[in-house]
Amino acid sequence: MRAAVVVFPGTWSDGDCIWALQQVGIESRRVWHRETHIEPDEIVVLPGGFSYGDYLRTGAIARFSPIMPAVRAHAEAGGLVIGICNGFQILCEAGLLPGVLMRNESLQFRCSDAYLVPANSTSPFTSSLDPARGYLMPVSHGEGRYFADDATVAMLEDTGRVAFRYGNLDGSVTPDANPNGSRNNIAGILNERGNVLGMMPHPERACEPLLGNTDGNAIWLSVLDSLGVRL
Amino acid sequence: MTTYLAHINVMLRPLVNDPQGLAVRDGLHALGFEHVGAVRVGKRVEVTLDATSHTSAEEQVAQMCQRLLANGVIEDFEFTVSEVAKA
Repeated sequence: MRAAVVVFPGTWSDGDCIWALQQVGIESRRVWHRETHIEPDEIVVLPGGFSYGDYLRTGAIARFSPIMPAVRAHAEAGGLVIGICNGFQILCEAGLLPGVLMRNESLQFRCSDAYLVPANSTSPFTSSLDPARGYLMPVSHGEGRYFADDATVAMLEDTGRVAFRYGNLDGSVTPDANPNGSRNNIAGILNERGNVLGMMPHPERACEPLLGNTDGNAIWLSVLDSLGVRL
Repeated sequence: MTTYLAHINVMLRPLVNDPQGLAVRDGLHALGFEHVGAVRVGKRVEVTLDATSHTSAEEQVAQMCQRLLANGVIEDFEFTVSEVAKA
């Protein structure tokens, strides 16, 4: 499997994602947003950053980039897509995931570590994670407050589409662990088929011992495991 | 074709929590405007466009709002369209 790491004007985390994927043996290619082709066996990565300067709303302009129809087709065909931070915002604006990421409740940019507690055990991204513990990953965003109406949040909860919640090392989920005011402490969600994941925290920044944290690799390793790849 | 100017207001829906508005309200209170009640912050967008009629201009602006300028999950929009006087 190879990764297609999409670069929009203003994307800044593509290098980190490529580096992190290398740590688990996944080779990447950078895909400029004006390209129009994704290979069927690629995992599409929409990295963090400030695409188009976050003009109008975060992710609102990036969704019109020429690569996005290919990303949509890839998702509809069952291909894997992960959007991290700004990538999550883009997936929501593009309608590939429901809801929206709003200004943090504190109005402050949050740059800190957070524990992510897996809330789904069936998707490729989460199936080998331990739902009884938190995975430490950095958050770095000003607009990460997940919001959707009551019916949509209830639907996500009832269908197992909440991928991660902000919580604690012991797997508990408490209001004080929520860095941005997201509804139900939601840190990441899945599409209906479970092949598209959007998440605000940055697994690619928790990828090697030199950084003091390798918890982020668990997501990539879960993907590999689900595809039957043994390291 | 006639040139029209649209004034578009995009506001968070009433039920959506608006921390920016709360912060501005607190600032106004701190300045001594203690009778200020609710404050909500939105966006104003101005668009000039050429259209064959006033109705056509309105239809186009509504499409712009629905497809890009407002996010229907959290935002409502309203607009006025007026003919631009020829120079």
